[in-house]
Amino acid sequence: MSADAPAILAQALTKKFQSFTAVDHLDLSIAKGEIVGFIGPNGAGKSTTIRMLCGLLRPSEGSAQVAGFDVSSEAEAVREHIGYMSQKFSLYGDLTVRENLRFFGGIYRVARREIDERMKFAISMAGLEGREDRLVRTLAGGWKQRLALGCAILHRPPILFLDEPTSGVEPEARRRFWDLIHEFAADGVTILVSTHYMDEAEYCNRIALIDRGKLIAIGTPSELRAHQLGGELFEVGCAPLGAAMKALSDAPGVVDAAIFGDRLHVVLGAGGLDAADLPGFLGEHGIEVDQVRSVPPSLEDVFVQLVSGSPEERMIP
Amino acid sequence: MTTNDIAIHAQRLTKSFGAVRAVQEASFAVSRGEIFGLVGPDGAGKTTIMRMLAGVLRPDAGEIAVDGVDVVAEAERAKLRISYMPQRFGLYEDLTVAENIFFYGELFSVSRDARITRGRELLEAAGLLPFQRRLAGQLSGGMKQKLGLVCALIHTPRVLLLDEPTTGVDPVSRRDFWAILYNLRENGVTIFISTAYMDEAERCSRLALLHAGAIRHCDTPARLKQAMPGALLAIYASDPRSLRDIISGQPGVLGVLLMGDRVHVRVDNPERRIPQLKSLLAGQGAGEMEIKPAEPGIEDVFVALVGQEGTA
Repeated sequence: MSADAPAILAQALTKKFQSFTAVDHLDLSIAKGEIVGFIGPNGAGKSTTIRMLCGLLRPSEGSAQVAGFDVSSEAEAVREHIGYMSQKFSLYGDLTVRENLRFFGGIYRVARREIDERMKFAISMAGLEGREDRLVRTLAGGWKQRLALGCAILHRPPILFLDEPTSGVEPEARRRFWDLIHEFAADGVTILVSTHYMDEAEYCNRIALIDRGKLIAIGTPSELRAHQLGGELFEVGCAPLGAAMKALSDAPGVVDAAIFGDRLHVVLGAGGLDAADLPGFLGEHGIEVDQVRSVPPSLEDVFVQLVSGSPEERMIP
Repeated sequence: MTTNDIAIHAQRLTKSFGAVRAVQEASFAVSRGEIFGLVGPDGAGKTTIMRMLAGVLRPDAGEIAVDGVDVVAEAERAKLRISYMPQRFGLYEDLTVAENIFFYGELFSVSRDARITRGRELLEAAGLLPFQRRLAGQLSGGMKQKLGLVCALIHTPRVLLLDEPTTGVDPVSRRDFWAILYNLRENGVTIFISTAYMDEAERCSRLALLHAGAIRHCDTPARLKQAMPGALLAIYASDPRSLRDIISGQPGVLGVLLMGDRVHVRVDNPERRIPQLKSLLAGQGAGEMEIKPAEPGIEDVFVALVGQEGTA
């Protein structure tokens, strides 16, 4: 693989299960050292795509190269060059930290002369020095998760797949984890993160959004956030919220009004109310307004906007 | 706030499992019609608190009143006013959507007529009306959670306890789920919800930040953000990683976090530090960049207020 060849390249990648097309002509190019987030609703085709990229499932049409190997004809080589880690990763709770590492070293066929050095690296990377002989089930979540990462990288894979790697982990530990991931990326490891959580997606250099088997958007978090919501988003502090939402939903120029915690999120389009009109308009409906301010849309706002149709239409097959 | 306005009142709740102190003197009061969020990482004690509120786990010490009823002394009476949706709600996968609702209605002694009318109303609100005859086992994850909620609401409880209801649910379905919760709140239902997801916590009217079994802070999301020491800045640049290394440890910098296409920097005094950072970075040849104030998330607040002790 030449230095600037993509680490992951999918071309018209397609998977059909009988009449159902789970992944539909997906094109994706990921550079070496990039961290890419893979997001989409349940049943959108994320897992199917990742299983194909891992060489575990044969594409029906199209092709993909991972670390320079073809996922159909060189599946074995692909599997040797990838690491996989999930938050629900099955570490063995009744084994110690060291035993878990040795076990996964065996699975990944790490050479005997290298294993001690690789285990040492994994232990120091995960901050587990002094805990090598602890049973894994007695470790707190953050340590377990970094150990799972340590197991996934024992064989120095150039490509790493992470599945919701930090869900439910202590915030400080989560930040430490993402620092590690950025260090790996700096060393040239390519990382594909599959997640439902936008705060995990924010750590990615680029985000690929997939819906109904198709890639519907890809870009940096800022590029995606710049996507138009059909107007500008305002946060309105007012009471009572329910009445305010009802009054606004039929008002001219209001694209969307939704309760968000103790405030209202209102998208204002052209040719109707503008932000300065809101206190007066709501006042006429007996609603007291204490604050109106422009807020940037969240990745979730964008995601929901881009993913068309109701979730009920996206039934699992 | 008079006692009448309080839907859930917990005082010095304490629970240990062997040597593990799962919950330590947790006190909070939830007003009627609030959506109160219990936020903390896995293992912080969220489920233990939830189960004590539901009357299924007896506290070692402390008092709980739900809707004015002492949950510890009068668990049976309290149960009529509470609905508890645990993380794994027991739907019958080989029964249809309608049959599950009917079953839970019977369990809670809801009359046959009420089961039909109330069930229909709830299904409609959840967008599940067209799926009445589908087996629960064939619903998507988000739809299963919504059906669980419908079943939990069939006896019109006044207080709803939801333990991490949206774990594993995609953002679109999560938004639908929250729309139902806001609707319930409008109808006077008090909602107590736990979540490990800091972004989801923003949707609650008030939050308790839970760490190692103790409630560390409790306020509205907006006021918690105001309580965060310092201010958050986002610095956009082509190579955010190199910026992080330059900025870390500079005077007035309270925290640096590398994101996908920017660096988040928490500083003590933005007016003073923005020009300092600009000249520092320009001097290091950092190239083109943009510094702007960023909205802190609840995770930023959690890290800043609960602090380094959160590390594990």
